[in-house]
Amino acid sequence: MSGRVLVGVKRVIDYAVKIRVKPDHTGVVTDGVKHSMNPFCEIAVEEAVKLKEKKLIKEVVAVSCGPQQSQETIRTALAMGADRGIHVEVSGKDYDSLGPLQVSKILAALAKKEEAQLIILGKQAIDDDCNQTGQMTAALLDWPQGTFASEVSLEAEKIKVVREIDGGLETIKINTPAVLTADLRLNTPRYATLPNIMKAKKKKIANVKPADLGVDLTSRLEVLRVDEPPQREAGVKVETVEDLVAKLKDTGKI
Amino acid sequence: KDPVQSFRIYHVVPQLYTHVHRRACSSLSTPRITTHYTIHPRDKDPRWQDIEMERFADEADVVIVGGGPAGLSAAIRLKQLANQHQKELRVCLVEKASQLGAHTLSGACLEPSALTELFPDWKERGAPLNTPVTDDVFSIFTEKHRIPVPILPGLPMRNHGNYIVRLGNLVRWLGEQAEELGVELYPGYAASEVLFHEDRSVKGIATNDVGIAKDGSPKDVFERGMELHAKVTLFGEGCHGHLAKQLYKQFNLRENCEPQTYAIGLKELWVIDEKKWRPGRAEHSVGWPLDRHTYGGSFLYHLNEGEPMVALGFVVGLDYSNPYLSPFKEFQRWKHHPFVESTLEGGQRIAYGARALNEGGFQSIPKLTFPGGLLIGCSPGFMNVPKIKGTHTAMKSGILAAEALFPKVTAENLDSETAGLHVPEYSDNLKTSSVWKELRSVRNIRPSFHNPLGLYGGMVYTGIFYWILRGKEPWTLKHCGIDANQLKPAKDCTPIEYPKPDGKISFDLLSSVALSGTNHEGDQPPHLTLKDDSVPVARNLAIYDGPEQRFCPAGVYEYVPVETGDGMRLQINAQNCVHCKTCDIKDPSQNINWVVPEGGGGPAYNGM
Repeated sequence: MSGRVLVGVKRVIDYAVKIRVKPDHTGVVTDGVKHSMNPFCEIAVEEAVKLKEKKLIKEVVAVSCGPQQSQETIRTALAMGADRGIHVEVSGKDYDSLGPLQVSKILAALAKKEEAQLIILGKQAIDDDCNQTGQMTAALLDWPQGTFASEVSLEAEKIKVVREIDGGLETIKINTPAVLTADLRLNTPRYATLPNIMKAKKKKIANVKPADLGVDLTSRLEVLRVDEPPQREAGVKVETVEDLVAKLKDTGKI
Repeated sequence: KDPVQSFRIYHVVPQLYTHVHRRACSSLSTPRITTHYTIHPRDKDPRWQDIEMERFADEADVVIVGGGPAGLSAAIRLKQLANQHQKELRVCLVEKASQLGAHTLSGACLEPSALTELFPDWKERGAPLNTPVTDDVFSIFTEKHRIPVPILPGLPMRNHGNYIVRLGNLVRWLGEQAEELGVELYPGYAASEVLFHEDRSVKGIATNDVGIAKDGSPKDVFERGMELHAKVTLFGEGCHGHLAKQLYKQFNLRENCEPQTYAIGLKELWVIDEKKWRPGRAEHSVGWPLDRHTYGGSFLYHLNEGEPMVALGFVVGLDYSNPYLSPFKEFQRWKHHPFVESTLEGGQRIAYGARALNEGGFQSIPKLTFPGGLLIGCSPGFMNVPKIKGTHTAMKSGILAAEALFPKVTAENLDSETAGLHVPEYSDNLKTSSVWKELRSVRNIRPSFHNPLGLYGGMVYTGIFYWILRGKEPWTLKHCGIDANQLKPAKDCTPIEYPKPDGKISFDLLSSVALSGTNHEGDQPPHLTLKDDSVPVARNLAIYDGPEQRFCPAGVYEYVPVETGDGMRLQINAQNCVHCKTCDIKDPSQNINWVVPEGGGGPAYNGM
């Protein structure tokens, strides 16, 4: 199988940063906060680049949906080895309400436009933890999906995927074209080194608007309120079993 | 590869190597702490035998190390001159933080002089100077009360005409201006090595290697850094830069100046109750909780950027003598002073960070130029200590550096004695500039503190000689030597009883460090390197009770019991490091050498 792979990369708040809820409770503070590529997207890019290095696929196209800064995330993917990028411009209120449904519609439209044979995504983003985009994209395209992939191998016109599931590992064989989502143990992403960042500046990033792809960005969800998780209450120590029973009765637990 | 050979190299030889090396260290029983290649060179390490060490190299006209106010000002000025004179100039800037501003921490009350020089239209361009200072309050604190001190015009801490800024945001904005002008910015890549030509002039820098495991061995993802060669390299690493430390030795730049002295500044951002918010108000205090012989003080600035936010912090001179002093805990307990607590009550802390700052001033300015390079900004150190302002002078030094080197670096037929260009004109121009005059006039204020009356003697001196005579007195007072030598042995000092944090106004160290957003790749050699692994327990702990446990604002250094038997060992939690450089400065044994970790690691400050 030779051809084009689409890799989705999302710009998210860096995992080590402490999140703060906005004073108006509509979301979290993102202005000036350190962002980086979603760790599962890094793994997805690494897998795509590995397939290209094995000469199993011809071209890796990195896609990101978001504001101007998403271009930095695409550049990192280019520095890791992607050939070109597509920046789907979504900003302002549209970006605040952007979710898996709209992104999967965008990816499906791009996959058709670019005649992609494989879409590799991270299994979920660390900001919303939705774990939906890969599955929705496959459904929209009516393609098979290999999600939570911890091992991927291309065999003739099929793909063998080892999936991490609750009970252990499940091995499936799916037809191409297909959608894969990367889990943690799929690979160890390479560093985007400075010479590659410099070379990446010469690689092309195309700008596309969702409207050009015929995608409606209206969200079916409305966020009512965002709050911090409740502060952990202090525990209470009791000395005897009688005390414990009394306390449980007091608080109406028994 | 021959599997038997590989087995021998990776399993047998390292054990031999470690055994031999342990003997070379002072004590056989010291567990190995330092694995960094600057202490254990790789050319003698069998694990590195077959690794390709060749580096990719690229050429620029000027390379700038450090994306802070000085580095960015120099980059911007260079490109402005290049555009003005229609010359091509490749300017590359490397910065260890993942994004510009992420490692920037300052009060700050900015004097806009240098910014206006760079961009007379900074307001129209949207520079984030949103809070003009409207109110200057100076107090001497006692435990429960405050003595107000009038800030008369002419005193150094008067802020009329200045702006309270979130310096990280200004740095980010400067970065945007620089990029627009065509500067190549590379955040996330640390300059880890200075490169030299055959004639020992500076050739450029090399960025950090990536993919080295915690034990010092190469990982699968190992890649060499790259070399950036330039005609001139500007070093703007900020206070106590690690490359500057090497350059001072290499070129003997400090032979005619006093050693630098420092302070540590700790800072928090708070969103406070709107009723307590006084936008434009700048408060400073001295006195409690420090005694009159420990230099230091506080700041509390009310920002005016939409939210009722204050920036507050505490500075402690690193020439303190009591090893039981904890700058972090002094900061936390200072917040309980009635004058401060009343502002913070009902508020929420949203950020924390710390950084060392220069206090040496005029007497400690080293030689600034050497073949192939220049020192700019807080790295050589142009801070006006009584004003506690160094940003405007750092920016001015960057501008002067750019203006001095531009004609040389673009000259058609320059006759240079050395392969790397020498630009002594930078130093000459600095000496006739406003920066020099300013620093000269306040040169005696900080050293005047070293008198029997301590703080009060210093204030009297400032009142007489600065306010009245503007620093024109003919003598120049000296500092007391390096900060690391000022600690008294623990047995001669009294431990300080610090109150427990209440979780509302004052906090514990680890939850504070979490707010700095600091993080590093875990599997890399600790970048807090020790020249000798046995010294911490043998000397620092034995004589000074391990002061690094207390002066590190990020909990990097911990003395923990050894797993078997008696005794303690030093545990270095390198991932916590906020790159403040205090340990490298204050270690009484001068055994700690801070080197740069993998680029992108470190704090994630947002508008600090």
